[in-house]
Amino acid sequence: MDLFEYQARDLFAKHGVPVLAGEVIDTPEAAREVAERLGGKAVVKAQVKTGGRGKAGGVKVASDPEDAVAKAGQILGMDIKGHTVHKVMLAELAPEIASEYYVSFLLDRANRTFLAIASVEGGMEIEEVAATNPAAVAKIPVDAIEGVTPAKAREIVEAAAFPADVADQVTEILQTLWKTFLSEDALLVEVNPLAKVADGRVIALDGKVSLDENADFRQPEHEALVDHAAANPLEAAAKAKGLNYVKLDGEVGIIGNGAGLVMSTLDVVAYAGEGHGNVKPANFLDIGGGASAEVMANGLEIILGDPDVKSVFVNVFGGITACDAVANGIVQALELLKSKGEEVTKPLVVRLDGNNAELGRQILTDADHPLVEQVDTMDGAAERAAELAAK
Amino acid sequence: MAIFLTKESKVIVQGMTGSEGTKHTRRMLASGTNIVGGVNPRKAGTSVDFDGTEVPVFGSVAEAMEKTGADVTVIFVPPKFAKGAVIEAIDAGIGLAVVITEGIAVHDTAAFWAYAGSKGNKTRIIGPNCPGLITPGQSNAGIIPADITTSGRIGLVSKSGTLTYQMMYELSDIGFSSAVGIGGDPIIGTTHIDALKAFQDDPDTDLIVMIGEIGGDAEERAAAFIAEHVTKPVVGYVAGFTAPEGKTMGHAGAIVSGSSGTAQAKKEALEAAGVKVGKTPSETARLARAILQG
Repeated sequence: MDLFEYQARDLFAKHGVPVLAGEVIDTPEAAREVAERLGGKAVVKAQVKTGGRGKAGGVKVASDPEDAVAKAGQILGMDIKGHTVHKVMLAELAPEIASEYYVSFLLDRANRTFLAIASVEGGMEIEEVAATNPAAVAKIPVDAIEGVTPAKAREIVEAAAFPADVADQVTEILQTLWKTFLSEDALLVEVNPLAKVADGRVIALDGKVSLDENADFRQPEHEALVDHAAANPLEAAAKAKGLNYVKLDGEVGIIGNGAGLVMSTLDVVAYAGEGHGNVKPANFLDIGGGASAEVMANGLEIILGDPDVKSVFVNVFGGITACDAVANGIVQALELLKSKGEEVTKPLVVRLDGNNAELGRQILTDADHPLVEQVDTMDGAAERAAELAAK
Repeated sequence: MAIFLTKESKVIVQGMTGSEGTKHTRRMLASGTNIVGGVNPRKAGTSVDFDGTEVPVFGSVAEAMEKTGADVTVIFVPPKFAKGAVIEAIDAGIGLAVVITEGIAVHDTAAFWAYAGSKGNKTRIIGPNCPGLITPGQSNAGIIPADITTSGRIGLVSKSGTLTYQMMYELSDIGFSSAVGIGGDPIIGTTHIDALKAFQDDPDTDLIVMIGEIGGDAEERAAAFIAEHVTKPVVGYVAGFTAPEGKTMGHAGAIVSGSSGTAQAKKEALEAAGVKVGKTPSETARLARAILQG
């Protein structure tokens, strides 16, 4: 889960990373009181989970509380790269910036450990710095057990060649930033820019944090950070039912078991769609390894409730899942929807293979539902589902 | 021969008395796995009856190894206890730990992986969030259904469980030496490269099928390894060509970030290393079949 800047700022503050005072608001009027608290002048910053907001006009300096109201009014509702601005953060105006640096901790998949990245050339995208001046970007592995000790922090500072006058402060900040990374179960903590300001202090002026949802069991406070407003309503409904669902922008509804098989199903449907008016998958939905009839019913209900869906492809390889249970789930789901008075009008193409496939196919044949069609192979079924969606 | 798991393997199950553990221990026994014990400190000294086979429960991995000579553990414990279970297995010095558990926090995986390293990597870790591995006709450590395929000369390594099953099914008449599900998490123990190396050295494997998916650069690194070290034919498949950027596709590790981790980049890297890459699972199976059957 990626956080907003203000949420990252709050986590930094909680763990002792120096930040400027700031508060988040969602109406222009609220800006007045906050700006007064910040001493009149303030920076008004759009809160969106994408880069480039400065260039898009999403960051403005307000000269007094009235101006803060006006600037907040301009930024709220703005569209930045497809993200609507629902919140702005008012931050204390930074003293004049002398230098901009970059520091982050992240997961290093290739080396199966953590990595510190640091550079004295901050302020722009680190990928850009790495491309134009790779020598200016220090990458130091961090052992998952030892973590960032004072000695490790100093090693990072030396590798990135931070100037002597900020070395002690940055060493300290790296340790508090590591504490944020570790104790919040983060996948990424990034400060950019980490700024040296006129009075010599080093402060985190902007940051990104991404959290590991698998750690939610020991991070009860993270629930409050979820941006429910941004969730697609179908994704929210699926999540409430414990389904692993991602909304996409096509017309063929997809249900499958196992993340890899479902991803593969999306591809096969997209290839088939090339011959049928370029129809595409409408969603990713993995009903998991041990899918029951109830899970299948929940999944079908979500997908049939998507107005973009024109046809549905149920692609199941019964490994642990038994295909007869899947078939029963389809039959029960259709009955359930009917009993709720929801007329099902979208055709379903079903491909069952593996564990108890014969039994499952027989159940669907016997049920003889006018909208359910069976195809033997994954490629053939994708072809048929795309064809039906293009009609 | 086979890789990592043979009929000589003596397998214990951590979490055997839980519902998943019980279900899959029964299935593993039915497929011929030599299960010599389970581990649960609260039920040590008891035993569990699986359709007439009594499996003893031990208080620790170390005790189970001492009493039975176990050399493989399959771990089904819930995510929040998984780190402790893997560390216990490493401390006991068992040769292979297969971590089936899904949903382990990545800081926990990073910690047990670092711990394994600090103990000299004497314990091979497969997973987490994987279906385990099977050497058909010999042993099955995990949740891969044993009846899909038979013993044969294809080696299979895959990030995905159900795609493993699909591929085993499509090529079931040829059969597999071993099939290894390495899992779809951001940090995993055994990688594509480890399995490729083992299959290259396995005299009973003639061809290797490698299944990858979006996210990370494991497939690209595997491609470089193949170009350098693998002389046996390799056929590949990568899932997720149409996955949008920034959305996690089911597996915690399956995400395209910017230009990194795309299926297209992985396919190109594999093809540059001489790997034939199928567009769909069925086409991949046909490519493998064509190579083996001329």
